[in-house]
Amino acid sequence: MTILQEEEHPNKVFGWAARDNSGVLSPFKFSRRATGEKDVAFKVLYCGICHSDLNMIKNDWGTSVYPLVPGHEIVGEVTEVGSKVQKFKVGDRVGVGCLVGSCHSCNDCTNNLENYCPKRILTYGAKYHDGTITYGGYSDTMVADEHFIVRIPDNLPLDAAGPLLCAGITVYSPLRYYGLDKPDLHIGVVGLGGLGHMAVKFAKAFGVKVTVISTSSNKKKEALENLGADSFLLSRDQEQLQAAIGTLDGIIDTVSAQHALMPLLGLLKTDGKLVLVGAAEKPLELPIFSLILGRKLVGGSCIGGMKETQEMVDFAAKHNIKPDIEVISMDYVNTAMERLLKADVKYRFVIDVGNTLKATS
Amino acid sequence: MSKSAEEEHPQKAFGWAARDNSGILSPFRFSRRDNGEDDVTLKVLYCGVCHSDLHIARNDWGFTHYPVVPGHEIVGVATKVGKNVKKFKVGDRVGVGVMVGSCKTCECCQQDLENYCPRIIFTYNSHNPDGTRNYGGYSDMIVVDQRYVLRFPDNMPLDAGAPLLCAGITVYSPMKYYGMTEAGKHLGVAGLGGLGHVAVKIGKAFGLKVTVISSSPSKESEAINRLGADSFLVSSDPAKMKSAIGTMDYIIDTVSAVHPLLPLLSLLKVNGKLVTVGLPNKPLELPIFPLILGRKLVGGSDSGGMKETQEMLDFCAKHNIAADIELIRMDDINTAMERLTKSDVRYRFVIDVANSL
Repeated sequence: MTILQEEEHPNKVFGWAARDNSGVLSPFKFSRRATGEKDVAFKVLYCGICHSDLNMIKNDWGTSVYPLVPGHEIVGEVTEVGSKVQKFKVGDRVGVGCLVGSCHSCNDCTNNLENYCPKRILTYGAKYHDGTITYGGYSDTMVADEHFIVRIPDNLPLDAAGPLLCAGITVYSPLRYYGLDKPDLHIGVVGLGGLGHMAVKFAKAFGVKVTVISTSSNKKKEALENLGADSFLLSRDQEQLQAAIGTLDGIIDTVSAQHALMPLLGLLKTDGKLVLVGAAEKPLELPIFSLILGRKLVGGSCIGGMKETQEMVDFAAKHNIKPDIEVISMDYVNTAMERLLKADVKYRFVIDVGNTLKATS
Repeated sequence: MSKSAEEEHPQKAFGWAARDNSGILSPFRFSRRDNGEDDVTLKVLYCGVCHSDLHIARNDWGFTHYPVVPGHEIVGVATKVGKNVKKFKVGDRVGVGVMVGSCKTCECCQQDLENYCPRIIFTYNSHNPDGTRNYGGYSDMIVVDQRYVLRFPDNMPLDAGAPLLCAGITVYSPMKYYGMTEAGKHLGVAGLGGLGHVAVKIGKAFGLKVTVISSSPSKESEAINRLGADSFLVSSDPAKMKSAIGTMDYIIDTVSAVHPLLPLLSLLKVNGKLVTVGLPNKPLELPIFPLILGRKLVGGSDSGGMKETQEMLDFCAKHNIAADIELIRMDDINTAMERLTKSDVRYRFVIDVANSL
């Protein structure tokens, strides 16, 4: 099996993979395709750890294919470009997010919504156009079609840029789409993790007033002093919830665990919008009266298209928005996953791939 | 209690009321206020029977105060107008829908969204700031503040137009708000009753392709031949549902029974919108992955403001839209209510109040 992945493609690659649903990651030799005429190849310097990586290595969603090399917040430096590549050259600072392919011809692709293309190809654990399985950024090199490469502006530090490519776009896109990006609106952000902290930063940059809504009172100080939220609401406190009824124009809900929607809907004004970006596996209870009596809506969103992802990265660079990260060595990744399970990170682990991923012989 | 209702106000009124949660209606004497300077008095000619009337009569939602005179699809003729009333004159054909009051000062009221005013006063089963109760249109006359009175367009039949005052606005308003009016787009209408059949007609008037989604195959011929729907989808047929996956831009869900949302969400394209206007009495299950993976939304809507209700009436008159009704006598109301529980009506009962009360 191992020999098969190493020989599938011409270029030798080294990374870390999970081999079964224990989710334990370990060194893994594999290979990547030669740089095609539209491809960009880059040396991976950093890769963010997304909660989805944890879900996938443990096969929480039942879709995992092993061995699995996670990582879809990948940044590095271009080492080679194909003959038809126009936008990038060797040495450029680039990144790849959650997508490495789509059909390019459907309605969604035509509207810059590759993330909703029915034939979209995920950066890892998915079948590529050539029938081989894709491998993610916990590896020393990456090759991807130019269309799915994002330029990282010079003033964004590379280590912090990675998490923008998933966490960043996952909250930026719905803030725009659902119109929660207008100055002086008031939104709530539920959950203060990788997604939540980015939602606070982007919303503040839009001039929006932000209330962080969390079950942990110990996040209050962080929320207000470090992230710049305007207020904090402890969702277990009935009195605080009562006092905040009908005050929010929108809510970005990043919580993937089962939780009650009714109290959140109650916080919304008439015409308020509850946007779900946390990937809850099981259905949630939807009290219809709460929607009807205030003309409220519950909507979803999933990452963003390539054009919008680039726009978001440029916006972040312009407004000095950087994810808060904890840089770790490759060897630390299993411990990091344990800590991530307990939400013990402020707010994204980033693997220092360039300096700490050493090929084993 | 009845004596108090008769004496509460100076003007004698007569109607039919439910007195307990059997929901059985019977004759009831009560009273209405004098016509104030901002008021319009209507002699009631017709009143539509809305499914909500049934729910309230039977206290299905737990907030009914008996005796209750239902009816919020009221049409008639103005018999008196107060001195501040400029929009209406005696003899005008007028209507009253689901509300007769609001605070007039909050943000909602100022934006013509009186239907979302936190101090909204419903046409029946509500009380006024002075503590007196409100009684609906299963009665001979009603006195209403001019702001909550609608003008009936000349070419709209009064009897068939009455249900528009609730059913009509309940589907028209979300179709406008959620942007479900782009000609050529595909609208699904789930449930073919009072709300659903009007949604089909209004959807066609907006130039939409309309598919009726129903669990009753027997409704197909009606839907297509009589109401003008383009196609019909039997929701209990898995193969048909599967072939319709990802084909609809919007869905208006008028079904008030508890039902699964997942099959409806699957019918939507990316960015699709599912709007619920039916009132199930328990929460529904909301599957999250379909919302996220297709950037879909589920939204609610609750009737409409006064300005929009007038706009809806004028729109319907222009496009020759009225409800399909079965005219009944007041005496038949209890039988009609029984039939309504079985959805045995195409598609709204309307009480011929003037000729049978």
